[in-house]
Amino acid sequence: MSHDPAIRTGEHFLNGDEACAEGALACGCRFFAGYPITPATEIAETMSRRLPEVGGVYIQMEDELASMNAILGASSAGVKAMTSTSGPGFSLMMENIGLGIMMEIPCVVVNIQRGGPSTGLPTMVGQQDMMQARWGSHGDYEMIALCPWSPQEMFDFAIRAFNLSEKYRIPVLIMADEVVGHMTEKVVIPPKEEIIRLYRKKPQVPSNEYIMYETNGSLVPPMANAGDGYKVITTGLTHNEQGYPDMTAEAHEKLITRLCNKILLNKADIVEVEERELSDAEVVVVAYGSPARSAVLAIKKAREQGIKAGLLRLRTVWPFPEAEILKLAKQAKTIIVPEINKGQIVREIERCAKGNCEVILISKLALIHTPDEILEVIKNRRL
Amino acid sequence: MGQTEIKLGGFGGQGIILAGYIIGKAAALYDKKNATLTQSYGPESRGGACSAKLIVSDEEIDYPEVLYPNVLIVMSKEAYLKFSPALIENGSLLYDDDMVENNIEIDKSVRAYAIPATRMAEDLGKKIVANIIMLGFFAAIMAVVTKRSLEEAIKTSIPKGSEELNLMAFQKGFEYGRKLVKLQSDVKS
Repeated sequence: MSHDPAIRTGEHFLNGDEACAEGALACGCRFFAGYPITPATEIAETMSRRLPEVGGVYIQMEDELASMNAILGASSAGVKAMTSTSGPGFSLMMENIGLGIMMEIPCVVVNIQRGGPSTGLPTMVGQQDMMQARWGSHGDYEMIALCPWSPQEMFDFAIRAFNLSEKYRIPVLIMADEVVGHMTEKVVIPPKEEIIRLYRKKPQVPSNEYIMYETNGSLVPPMANAGDGYKVITTGLTHNEQGYPDMTAEAHEKLITRLCNKILLNKADIVEVEERELSDAEVVVVAYGSPARSAVLAIKKAREQGIKAGLLRLRTVWPFPEAEILKLAKQAKTIIVPEINKGQIVREIERCAKGNCEVILISKLALIHTPDEILEVIKNRRL
Repeated sequence: MGQTEIKLGGFGGQGIILAGYIIGKAAALYDKKNATLTQSYGPESRGGACSAKLIVSDEEIDYPEVLYPNVLIVMSKEAYLKFSPALIENGSLLYDDDMVENNIEIDKSVRAYAIPATRMAEDLGKKIVANIIMLGFFAAIMAVVTKRSLEEAIKTSIPKGSEELNLMAFQKGFEYGRKLVKLQSDVKS
């Protein structure tokens, strides 16, 4: 087995931010552009130290608009690229995330969520950017967003985020929260040959025959590196397969539909949920990120008291697990949704439940729910 | 012991978070248990009150916060006053008696163990190893993680070249703790 300094195979005691950076490196990320911000700073710190060791490039940019543009540029040249931020920086990245979606440039954006709006509550936890992750850039599009709940998943999901972004040519979001980012636990980094590392599909035609956005019936066109001699033509304007602006309703309908469908028609590949104690559950907690950890203990305690409680944990939040929620809503009497916000994902759950069951939000700000806070709601709803 | 919930408190700069990190690392990597470390995080990490929360368990750890610790390790009076009310009955209190003050009223329902860790560190010529002395003291008194694992975790968590000093500090704290435990059991018998 050859030694690869980018992959620190073995057991480590890492916080979520550090684990996320190691996951990115293990998946082949070799470019990071960012602006440090609490509580995501340790990602930038780790990348600034580690990237030069593995022949990569780290740039601290002047702001988050530039950071986002820089990673789109690096990725266009064929390098796996990422940035990390929190609420205020995430807002600044929105326009260029849209550019990445329109130009179909793979990259990974990590948001370690803190309390907002504005500079808000820098050092405390939030899940208040979940809808911004879905709709924050203008226009119609589908998004991929993953929600880890542990340092191990910060590592694993960094790899998965890169793989999904390369496969579907789209910026992929890791929507973590401060508790997960700053929590330290054992992280197992597997041997190199056990790590799946996908890379964007390359053109199979000579450079002079390459057509930038020709899909040949698939939903994701092959991607040539800018600078390799292929005719790379791209724009944020609505464009045709050649990459030239095409200001017609037909071109717009065709392009936007494909950009949405490449995600929607592959939901089976993208959406991941974890089920616990669901087979006979009458009360189900649906959670993501750190509150899901409280929910595990809450349903355990509820079961001890004879209540048929279960947990559905959303590992992927966007695209939304619509079918999974509808199925659950038909089985359960009550769905309980603990979120560290004033109610965001609960709206999606209400939409997907289609009135089949009661849906209750447990809103909390700046702190994760205690298991007892969730247990109380489980117990009260059963009556 | 199925699950131990530890809270560590002191000033920013005393190495409180590092001490929590080292116990967690010893448990997770060398004793093959589960460990989850969280920390109060903010401007206080540069000077004011600061704390780390650590859960060590044989089982999977879900809820990561420590609400009612069964072990409290404090290196400042402020941290003692702030965190000791949450310590459970019969919980263990390990404290730096010079920093917390000798004459403080310690709740009778807890098992208290005092060590002048900061003064001992100053005697070693390096005040910054007070946290490591405290870890040695912790190893002598509590059976949460093994001494050997703590030593391994120290070696892999400190700057290269400072191993000898840190392991010496650890040993000093350990010996002090051993003597104290013996003294207390002699008194009881």
